[in-house]
Amino acid sequence: MSCERDGRVLFQGLDFSIVPGSLTRVEGPNGSGKTTLLRILAGLHDGFEGQVLWQGRPRNDDRESFLRNLLFMGHRPGVKPLLTPLENLRFLISGRQAITDGQLSEALARAGLAGFEEVSCQHLSAGQTRRVALARLLLSDEPLWILDEVFTAIDQQGVEGLEQLLVNRAAMGGAVILTTHHEPELPGMDRLRLGQGGGREF
Amino acid sequence: MNSEARPVIRPMVRAVPILPAMWAVLKRDLQVNFRQLQDTLNPLLFFVMVVSLFPLGVSPEVSFLQVAGAGILWVAALLSTLLSLDHLYRHDFDDGTLEQLALQPQPLYWLVLAKTVAHWLVTGLPLVLLAPILGVMVHLDGNSIAVLCLTLLVGTPVLSFIGSIGAALTLGLRSGGVLLSLLIIPLYIPVLIFGTGTVAAAAEGAPVGGYLALMGAFLVLAITLAPFASAAALRISLSNN
Repeated sequence: MSCERDGRVLFQGLDFSIVPGSLTRVEGPNGSGKTTLLRILAGLHDGFEGQVLWQGRPRNDDRESFLRNLLFMGHRPGVKPLLTPLENLRFLISGRQAITDGQLSEALARAGLAGFEEVSCQHLSAGQTRRVALARLLLSDEPLWILDEVFTAIDQQGVEGLEQLLVNRAAMGGAVILTTHHEPELPGMDRLRLGQGGGREF
Repeated sequence: MNSEARPVIRPMVRAVPILPAMWAVLKRDLQVNFRQLQDTLNPLLFFVMVVSLFPLGVSPEVSFLQVAGAGILWVAALLSTLLSLDHLYRHDFDDGTLEQLALQPQPLYWLVLAKTVAHWLVTGLPLVLLAPILGVMVHLDGNSIAVLCLTLLVGTPVLSFIGSIGAALTLGLRSGGVLLSLLIIPLYIPVLIFGTGTVAAAAEGAPVGGYLALMGAFLVLAITLAPFASAAALRISLSNN
């Protein structure tokens, strides 16, 4: 797989596979194409050459089943400021899983938002808003997680909890691909390094 | 890690229901619109103002208003729809919910359809409901008002659906407003011509069934095809993001 943006080669000859039970961190300096790579994998960005396979078949052959198995979280958490955390979470999960309000509230509480379920998200801090999106991970039954800068705006305690969640997830057979600002030391983490301006370094 | 048996996550091959997802999108968009009532009411207020300024600015003569009234209402409805279009996807794009929408397992076509219906419910339908009052204000007779409302009822969803394509295409641009108007207005012209033509025919006592049937055909065409185009345009906008 290779990708060129604005006349600059981001990466070339990239060839890797993500297996169940793996935890992969995409690394590289700013502008090396980490976000672009994640967006390509999720199917949001199609300006690339090469192909993305899902279970051995081109992803777009059965897009519906691929998307049903994917949970993608981008830079922007996908939380509507005008809705409450409960409404946001309900919307994010609707169309994927049938879930009761009790389960939603429980997930929000575990994400550290107990008592904020009915507060409009515009009154929440950046970290709390991010936690609304993260509550979704607690309910997720998707085997593939693609998480772009999920640790942004999360406090130390939250970071530890989230790291534990990701490690557990991999242990349960889920696959996690992520980018982070900080250097997490997670057991069993693979690294995929993107170099500045192209190529692949290991 | 504990040694007890953990649930194992496996890939799913399960059909995803479409209707609940569409309902969720519709409900969410209505909720958001009711919580930013100022933004929602703005196009409506614009519609009322334009129509009420015409008698003041041009002529309050009954004879003039009776002839021009339907056209004024239609043009105002068209511009007011245009005014509201930029918001259709913009906020979703900015807060990241649009990319979540594009990654829902359901075909984007249906979700875009639901979004556009929500847009019509908050911008088009109120115009239709206000039209009789404004119709009386511009001295249209009862029959013309009834036909006018009917044309707006069939025509405003067409405006929303066609507009959604333009809104989706200009999403990635910083100042898409001008381009949006340039792209969309030519496509609005047939709807405008048939909308006002129907009322004119009714005023002359001619049968309007044919006109209305044609507008109905526009509507069917817009509902079936526009979401395809919008969905494709949204993917392009997201891809360039």
